[in-house]
Amino acid sequence: MAVEPNLKIELGKQGVFVTTISEIYNWGRKNSVWPMQFGLACCAIEMIATTMARYDLARFGAEVFRPSPRQADLMIISGTITKKMAPQVVRLYNQMAEPKYVIAMGACAISGGPFKQGYNVLKGIDRYIPVDVHIPGCPPRPEALIHAFMTLQARIDAQPLTGEDRPRHLDAEAQSLFPIPVQGAHDLEPPVNRLVWPLPAPPDSGKSTENRG
Amino acid sequence: MKSTEEILAAIKSALPDASVELILNPSVCAQHSLLLAPKDAVAVASFLRADPELALDFCSNATGVDWPGKEISEKVKVTKLVDGVETVVEETVKRVEPGYLEAVYHLFSMKHGVKVSSDPAGPPKPVVLRMRTVNRTDHVELPSLTAVWRSVEFQEREIFDLYGIVFTGHRDLRRILMWDGFEDHPMRRDYVDPDDYEYEPTPHDEVLKRAEAHKTGVVP
Repeated sequence: MAVEPNLKIELGKQGVFVTTISEIYNWGRKNSVWPMQFGLACCAIEMIATTMARYDLARFGAEVFRPSPRQADLMIISGTITKKMAPQVVRLYNQMAEPKYVIAMGACAISGGPFKQGYNVLKGIDRYIPVDVHIPGCPPRPEALIHAFMTLQARIDAQPLTGEDRPRHLDAEAQSLFPIPVQGAHDLEPPVNRLVWPLPAPPDSGKSTENRG
Repeated sequence: MKSTEEILAAIKSALPDASVELILNPSVCAQHSLLLAPKDAVAVASFLRADPELALDFCSNATGVDWPGKEISEKVKVTKLVDGVETVVEETVKRVEPGYLEAVYHLFSMKHGVKVSSDPAGPPKPVVLRMRTVNRTDHVELPSLTAVWRSVEFQEREIFDLYGIVFTGHRDLRRILMWDGFEDHPMRRDYVDPDDYEYEPTPHDEVLKRAEAHKTGVVP
């Protein structure tokens, strides 16, 4: 039910402002995404740099890093998630109120990165919680984080308020809490939450036309 | 600065009953070390710290080494009766050398500074202490040197966590990197990490082997 862009411009020239509920609602949401103030490893330094004057994440309405998960909308997984830390990360995510988003920042957060074969490193946070935007890099530059943030904003902007693809906070049935892994005798238990991270298909050889980049 | 041999002589004259052994390092760095018997370790360490000429008051590093048991096959000449005649026969004898765990300490002197280096031109070399456990399974106790160097408190916890050496006399021996309920010692040679190789988009080397083993169900 979007307004036709040309009509909108025409009406604007006449001093009439036309919009839709979902447009103005999403405009408000996407421009006040407050990240949670916590860092896990070296990516956090880049995250801090992103918020400072040179890169200035405040231009996108995300300058207020909240020290409490209750007040935060965005969780930036900035660094290596050790198996000792993973339950706490999931617990913090559970404590955040909807709507909530996750950016997995850097090689470690998306797959374990250079420490993937380590005995104590989780192979990507998307094994336990849903991730909205992945950024590669080791660490990603502040521009990459800003790009991830803009990608997230575009996703929020495009969300319809009704129907199947509506945001989780408008869906009473949607899952908002995710099971916290238990630190077992040899590994985290369970090692992966299959509802969040279904086993990805094996890479098809040759005939892949889609660039999953 | 005294060489390792001179330090050994100083220990022998001060503590004649202590059993200390010199372990030579044949490589270019010639970083020799002193092997302490666990029963005398605290006494020797206290001496090294208290002696005014040595004054090794700074333990910069403590770590562990895992020496797994190894099978050695040797050819031994045995005299045997073959067809009523005594002949010398070569036989291959296999024996298993038991493994052990080792704790290694690197010592420097803050009092004497860089002057203590045995090689004046090179960087300061540490005085290296070693202690060995009886085996790798049930007799893994070593005396803690926290009473002598407070700084090894965390490092001995790390050795305990990753190698499983139990330091007697350590006042807070808990795991430090892994969680409390963890049962393995990840830096031991025979540690097997969890089999979570179900999705490896770019497998290579060891990861490729493990990913294939995961697929076929055959653990290498």
